[in-house]
Amino acid sequence: MDIIFYLASIIAIISTILAITGKNAIHAILYLIISLLAISIIFYILGAPFVAALEVIIYAGAIMVLFIFVIMMLNVGMEKQLESKWLTPSNWIFPSVLGAILLVAYVYAVYKMDFKTNILVSISPKQVGISLFTTYLLGVEISAFLLLAGIVGAYHLGRRKKIVVHRFLKDNN
Amino acid sequence: MVSVPFNIQLLLPGILFLIGLVGLLVRRNIIFMLISIEIMFNSAGMVFIMSGANWLQSDGQIMFIFILAVTAAEVSIGLALILQMFHHYKTLDADALNKLKDKPE
Repeated sequence: MDIIFYLASIIAIISTILAITGKNAIHAILYLIISLLAISIIFYILGAPFVAALEVIIYAGAIMVLFIFVIMMLNVGMEKQLESKWLTPSNWIFPSVLGAILLVAYVYAVYKMDFKTNILVSISPKQVGISLFTTYLLGVEISAFLLLAGIVGAYHLGRRKKIVVHRFLKDNN
Repeated sequence: MVSVPFNIQLLLPGILFLIGLVGLLVRRNIIFMLISIEIMFNSAGMVFIMSGANWLQSDGQIMFIFILAVTAAEVSIGLALILQMFHHYKTLDADALNKLKDKPE
């Protein structure tokens, strides 16, 4: 099972790198969907089948599709030339150096830790459901508040307001 | 199931988070900045899942469900704001949003 973990993590890393270095937004989101599917495989073999399914359904299936809808609605045409101008190699050097320094620090911290391998059992959706309904009931209610705020905010912010001018102020030509 | 040690398991979300971070720093297109933020959210949630799996508790998965709800709300509002921005400025350049104005032109 380890080979599946390593394979899926290599796919996730490569497709995420391809997602952020592309010029086309739709291609980037499709690469990101591949990365999310690979991460879902990793969740499944780690013994979390419920969130593996949730990741595919909600993250790759709803949030990324929402991205695609908005990009298609915006219908940008001139972005390819702009993107080529913005993405010169000199723009990539400094943030990549910062990221590399952080990566070195992170890998050092990871190799300093000392963990034995654990035998993982699969945590069934029934356990997660029982825990959600008993221990974390308040968290569920609060995330319902958050989603309500998201709905109301997205509706209100997404409206196109027509600018209403009083008829005495309009140009009568 | 897997027998990869826990600290090696934690390398993957770290690398993905740093990839998202570099993407956020470099890109000027606001859609790509949102995509990079999504990558970072997902990798943070992955740490919770791995921890929950290694301590044999369901709490990791529950935290990931809450992170998923936060991400969904944030993405919907962020995309609505991008729609407004495109409607007024006709571009997706994040550097176009550098002035405080009373009335967008």
